[in-house]
Amino acid sequence: MQGLGILSALVWLPIAGGVAVLALGDRRIAAARWLALIAAIATVALTIPLWIGFDRGTAEFQFVERLPWITAFNSWYHLGVDGISLPLIVLTAVMTVPVIIASWKVIETRPAQYYAAFLIMAGLMIGVFAAIDGLLFYFFWEAMLIPMFLIIGVWGGPRRVYATFKFFLYTFLGSVLMLVALIYLYVQGGDYSLRALHELPLTLVEQRWIFLAFLAAFAVKVPMWPVHTWLPDAHVEAPTGGSVILAAIMLKMGGYGFLRFSLPITPDASRELDWLMIALSLIAVVYISLVALVQTDMKKLIAYSSIAHMGFVTLGAFIAWDIADSTGALRGAAMGLDGAMVQMVSHGLVSGAMFLCVGVMYDRVHSREISAYGGVINTMPKFAGFMVFFSLANAGVPGTSGFVGEFLVIIASFKANFWYAFLVATILILGAAYTLWLVKRVIYGPVANEHVAQMPDLNRQELLVLGSLAVLVLLLGVWPAPLLDVMHSSIHHLVEQMTTSKLPL
Amino acid sequence: MTPKLLIAIPLLPLIAALIAGLAGRRIGRAASAGVTILAVGVSCALSIYVAKLIFVDGAPPWDDSVYTWLVTDGIRIQVGFLVDRLTALMMVVVTFVSFCVHVYTIGYMREDDGFQRFFSYISLFTFAMLMLVMSNNFMQLFFGWEAVGVVSYLLIGFWYTRPTAIHANLKAFVVNRVGDFGFVLGIAGVVWFTNSLDYKDAFAMAPSVAGVQFPLTPTTTVSALTLICVCLFVGAMGKSAQVPLHVWLPDSMEGPTPISALIHAATMVTAGIFMVARMSPLFEFSEAALSFVLVIGATTALFMGFLGVVNNDIKRVIAYSTLSQLGYMTVALGASAYSVAIFHLMTHAFFKALLFLAAGSVIIGMHHEQDMRKMGGLAKYMPITAITCWIGALALIGTPFFSGFYSKDALIEAVGESHRWGATYAYYCVLAGVFVTALYTFRLLFMTFHGNERFATAHDAHAHDDHAHGGVPHESPWVVTAPLVALAIPSVVIGYFTIGPLLFGGAFGNSIFVHEANDVVAGLGHEFHGPLAFALHGLTAPPFWLALAGVLSAWYLYLKRPQLAERLAERFAAVRSVLVNKYYFDWVNENLIAPLARLIGRLLWKGGDQMLIDGAFVNGSAKFVGWAAVKGRRIQTGYLYTYAFWMVIGLAVLLGWFLIRA
Repeated sequence: MQGLGILSALVWLPIAGGVAVLALGDRRIAAARWLALIAAIATVALTIPLWIGFDRGTAEFQFVERLPWITAFNSWYHLGVDGISLPLIVLTAVMTVPVIIASWKVIETRPAQYYAAFLIMAGLMIGVFAAIDGLLFYFFWEAMLIPMFLIIGVWGGPRRVYATFKFFLYTFLGSVLMLVALIYLYVQGGDYSLRALHELPLTLVEQRWIFLAFLAAFAVKVPMWPVHTWLPDAHVEAPTGGSVILAAIMLKMGGYGFLRFSLPITPDASRELDWLMIALSLIAVVYISLVALVQTDMKKLIAYSSIAHMGFVTLGAFIAWDIADSTGALRGAAMGLDGAMVQMVSHGLVSGAMFLCVGVMYDRVHSREISAYGGVINTMPKFAGFMVFFSLANAGVPGTSGFVGEFLVIIASFKANFWYAFLVATILILGAAYTLWLVKRVIYGPVANEHVAQMPDLNRQELLVLGSLAVLVLLLGVWPAPLLDVMHSSIHHLVEQMTTSKLPL
Repeated sequence: MTPKLLIAIPLLPLIAALIAGLAGRRIGRAASAGVTILAVGVSCALSIYVAKLIFVDGAPPWDDSVYTWLVTDGIRIQVGFLVDRLTALMMVVVTFVSFCVHVYTIGYMREDDGFQRFFSYISLFTFAMLMLVMSNNFMQLFFGWEAVGVVSYLLIGFWYTRPTAIHANLKAFVVNRVGDFGFVLGIAGVVWFTNSLDYKDAFAMAPSVAGVQFPLTPTTTVSALTLICVCLFVGAMGKSAQVPLHVWLPDSMEGPTPISALIHAATMVTAGIFMVARMSPLFEFSEAALSFVLVIGATTALFMGFLGVVNNDIKRVIAYSTLSQLGYMTVALGASAYSVAIFHLMTHAFFKALLFLAAGSVIIGMHHEQDMRKMGGLAKYMPITAITCWIGALALIGTPFFSGFYSKDALIEAVGESHRWGATYAYYCVLAGVFVTALYTFRLLFMTFHGNERFATAHDAHAHDDHAHGGVPHESPWVVTAPLVALAIPSVVIGYFTIGPLLFGGAFGNSIFVHEANDVVAGLGHEFHGPLAFALHGLTAPPFWLALAGVLSAWYLYLKRPQLAERLAERFAAVRSVLVNKYYFDWVNENLIAPLARLIGRLLWKGGDQMLIDGAFVNGSAKFVGWAAVKGRRIQTGYLYTYAFWMVIGLAVLLGWFLIRA
């Protein structure tokens, strides 16, 4: 039994920080604000030893902690990381900081509670990625909904009640089915530990039902077409920080779920139903991109763009079997998964930055409508530079992180089927069209109205936030090797797991 | 060659671009211009040094990586350089033209608020273009490919308050992305059969893949290399503006003139030509793909030339000329005359950059007027510009002894030697193109520099213009004219000195691969007896007479009898309207394709997302629950007799059931 360690610190430090911020309250808001920032930065600092100490040569879970939790169900407080969860944990820690800084002066109602909600949510989200016990995972997975529910419900826009309920019911409905599947697996194997679940033999019928139950939970989170309609509403109503975390981290949980649960626990059902996953992924890319093209609300446009980009994640994860069928070898399967992972990390940074950019404009003009802007570059040249940069990253221009994942998935999907690559590569055209058309209408042109004429350029906080994200996006685009190195062993282990049948011969 | 030397060549412009871009306001205009010019100048000197090492000292090609970009699935993707004869030539062309344009920019952008930003962009462009030509792998090639596209996007939209400029830059990027869509599929195809992104692995594998069929659908297959090469060429069609992906190039003239010279004439648009030449070890194994290249190139060469004849914007005429010349280069590629394509690329880079910069000088002299109908007789006021422009024009139409003559004549003869499917069509297209080229080129010269002075009236109309500094046109300052002279020299002589070694002396070494059976250039080589004899022979060949006919027609129509040109235009109004409307490509894009995409998007959004998914399923299920609850509530009336009634009914049913079972 291993005691508490760095992972627990990562989960509980932000939560403790959040509680402390709550205790300070709105009356000592300056102190609460700084405390929130320190807690968020300390969380990032904690990921550094994790990243450095991580052994890249093994697919085993590392930094493992195991303490008794619900002994009656043989469920443990069991944490650990491998190459798949580590990048997402770091991403979660990193993306919480800009959210705190970006709301420094903007949030006026109950600011302490706002910061606390984000800190607590950060801890819970890290818990989701660090948990390697099924029930513990489920605990974090559901617990995380509560702060997000509050963030949209309390600090959201005019239709926030509709959006929060839609968001909550949608995700909750899927999650409940996942719980049923987890309980079934526990009944079969008597163990919630992830490795035990991975090795549990299951018949094809069992796998099929479990796969579908997981799909209900993960597809909603990703979100995949046709269970995606909660996302645009949630984004539109959420405050900037909520949108950032929603896009940057919460969507990744769906992709993470597929890699961690669906593929290794139900490999045969995944293989049998891969056509469904591929079809839905391709629909996500083409259909959703076309929908993104005609949006008039900036946040909705970026929300739809998120769904399209997440299509690369699900496609990259599920093409292994088609590659084996068409080329007779598995070469390329790991590339698809690598691409899916890089896409998740990159999308976290880029979409987060895009929502922050919209937030910057919203704070000044209080409109999300594209038509309310025009010629912002004239009054906010620095901001325009960042907005154009992140838009190019969103369009997947090489040299930015947005390119890496898309490139790998396109190459890998060509090995599976030319037409997959053909359809998925349309994002090059459509992504450029909807993103840069947005830039054209909002950023370029003559000053459109007096609101735009009075927009002050970025303040120090905004410059810091967007600047650091830009550096990360650039760094990951120019030198993604360190990220791929961390994932390497775990991805290869996953390919082995998903291509090893669980059925009796 | 050392890695440090090679890294320095692209990196210096990048560093200068960052300094001018991020600290431009702080260090000021002169320092921004100085640092970028210095960097590009050093980069140019180093490129010439590298070229000397390779061409003169016979250094072996350099092919090595700098750092590992990433490793995935056993594939190591690296950033690295391949510097061979082809690359060295391109490096010199790119850095030399870029250097001239940098100097020219000091004069051209002198009064612009975005002075530092502009220098930052063009230096950044130089970096991206060098990364493209120096790459030794497909990933970096694609990086450079898209990076030059991004800088082009930024530069076309440089004057971002102009609606036409920001329309043009969006269009340029999206159309280029259509090409890149094909390009990335081609790259994916390369990985499909080599499991590597390095050129050398792809080239080594090509012969063994030549016969492999690729299953396109369950029932049809296509030669794998044909599929890959056609996909790669679609990329080239975007970047090198071949029909039907040419539509962005004329509009790109919305950008400042220096970038029209640098990006949209000399360097970026030739990236596609360079790429196909670089990929010759792949293309040579696909006759079908080369025929496709040939036909597309020939169509572009002739039909885009026609458009130059009806346009009145001085820059756009040159832009259509560029389209047409790019078509010529593409034809050469399709005829397996890769070295001729690169040769024409080089001569064209010099004389076309010269023509654009001369046009820019005219535009400055005319106080930012671009309409040739408002010019005329400028030779008197701008002698240096006029002379250098004449030199560029003579090179462009292929006057014997000028650089353009050597490359174009060799090109036409090479196409004549080819027996590939489509070669006959291509031959007549490029031949007819010679006449058209001479016609629009001299129309431009005559309308601009000779004949009646029409600017006096034009200028009155623009009296309120901010740029109106006073009466007559004036010659431009030395920073503008010096680059004109610097470019005029190679425009005249470079062909004479390089045709021998480049085409027939094996100067490209192993960097270009041609099957013996396809080698049309070798066929020309048997008849080549030095540049002098080649030029004298040219005097008796059809292209020369066609060019002469074009010049005379232009003289007659636009100087001697201008009324005749108008009468012809009226007589052939239908033809003219097709040309003025640019064969309706833009109309189709803007009135059919773009609205269709938006319509489908709106249908999917309103119909699919909002009505079906949200309306029927999501809110529908919520409404159903609500409805069921309302109905269900009716049962709970609160009246004793209702409950008693249901109890009796229930009892009766239960009892009945028991009785029947018994």
